[in-house]
Amino acid sequence: MRPFTYERAIDPEAAVAAVSKAGAKFISGGTNLLDLMKLEIERPIHLVDISRLPLKDIKEEPDGGMRIGAQATNSDVAADVRVRTRYPVLSQALLAGASGQLRNKASVGGNLLQRTRCPYFYDTAASCNKRDPSSGCAAIGGINRGHAILGASDACIATHPSDMAVAMVVLDAQIELLDADRATRRIAIGDFHRLPGTTPHIETALKTGEMITGVVLPAPPEGRQLYRKVRDRASYAFALVSVAVVVATERGTITSARVAFGGVAHKPWRAKEAEAALTGGTATMATYWAAAEAAMAGATGRGHNDFKIELAKRTLCRTLAHAAQEN
Amino acid sequence: MSLSTVGDTKNAENATENAKVALTVNGRVRQLELDPRTSLLDALREHLHLTGTKKGCDHGQCGACTVLINGRRINSCLTLAVMHADDEIVTIEGLGSPDALHPMQAAFVLRDGFQCGYCTPGQICSAIGMLAEAKAGWPSHATADVAAQTTALTDAEIRERMSGNICRCAAYPNIIAAIRDVAEGDRG
Repeated sequence: MRPFTYERAIDPEAAVAAVSKAGAKFISGGTNLLDLMKLEIERPIHLVDISRLPLKDIKEEPDGGMRIGAQATNSDVAADVRVRTRYPVLSQALLAGASGQLRNKASVGGNLLQRTRCPYFYDTAASCNKRDPSSGCAAIGGINRGHAILGASDACIATHPSDMAVAMVVLDAQIELLDADRATRRIAIGDFHRLPGTTPHIETALKTGEMITGVVLPAPPEGRQLYRKVRDRASYAFALVSVAVVVATERGTITSARVAFGGVAHKPWRAKEAEAALTGGTATMATYWAAAEAAMAGATGRGHNDFKIELAKRTLCRTLAHAAQEN
Repeated sequence: MSLSTVGDTKNAENATENAKVALTVNGRVRQLELDPRTSLLDALREHLHLTGTKKGCDHGQCGACTVLINGRRINSCLTLAVMHADDEIVTIEGLGSPDALHPMQAAFVLRDGFQCGYCTPGQICSAIGMLAEAKAGWPSHATADVAAQTTALTDAEIRERMSGNICRCAAYPNIIAAIRDVAEGDRG
């Protein structure tokens, strides 16, 4: 690990001021950052510890929504009774990720900003446009079983590893940010993570020195929420494919539907085409399959990950059937 | 606005200036001077010589380094020692002694919940943290309805909740039996 200096920020304003120096980075739970620092993939020269900031509250908003502080741990959010009853898809997604120990440390803000687990990004001897811009992409033509099937580019086929963010995308969450000038802004989570394009090293809409202070959930959408994750082992593994749905039915007709995928793209992937195909349709497998085909119409396999296209379709159908049945 | 900075910011390339940190470990306050890079795991093992906490993967994948911070289980390899001033840290050495075993330690012995023993301190700390989580009503990935107020701690629940602790000897059936014993004892 490269040497660095360390400070603990006392309040959010002090934190954004402290991180404005060159080479400085925030540290929160540290579960991804320290892993990458050990491998010298991340090389900050100064760490600003924001884990003790008073940004841990999970509270109800007057409009029926909720606000989750960026420093709330993944465990606290998943266990919150209000989240479990009103946003079960979020609780389910969080519980599908990592391990008990990691969830106890990892923060909501850090979860959003975690880096890809692409093995070539982790292998400093391999070319990677995300780690080392313009060096190439060893995953294209390499072992790419876990890689993206949607929204990838010739520069990068990495996926975003978060489960939590997939649920937040389907819930239309807003991310609250604070910058060095103490200005705050909110951005829709769908606009927060970027597709790789020619600049896969730029992963979010976060500006230099900006800090995530919280995530705002609008009032829960109508319908049943469900998260399903498919992975190589029963627990403690990243998704090959995951699906978050919110679906409402009335006398066998789908009145509203929301769909998002994880493990398939450089960002949590909202599938509006699938939603359009579902809305107004009958709650039957034929409708679900049409929605799955619509969601994957633009999908491209890279060889080893071709199976993910079929897997994503089937996972969506199964999840919709399960959700619609219990409406 | 105030900040407490440690380390030599001008010379970060060769920063060797140590940080002073007071860690409360197993009820005792320990004053240390550490390179800011020191993980909590290395501080415990190399500086405080509490070698019960084990280094397995050093990347948060195996759980051998699990300790309890303010009663919650975490991977001590993936956190910096300097981040834990003001916390109550409990390691395997703080749970019991050979003459007075913690009930979870006794259950692991009784049920033969290990073979080589390397993952065991992490398993035991994790199991204690896990039972506290279950007692507080936390659901898991194995819970059918996350909104339910209580969840029975079935073997499937124990397996899922303990998935962050890998046992290369695969003593899992006996580890689950030991944890089940303690959980049932708690209920009685």
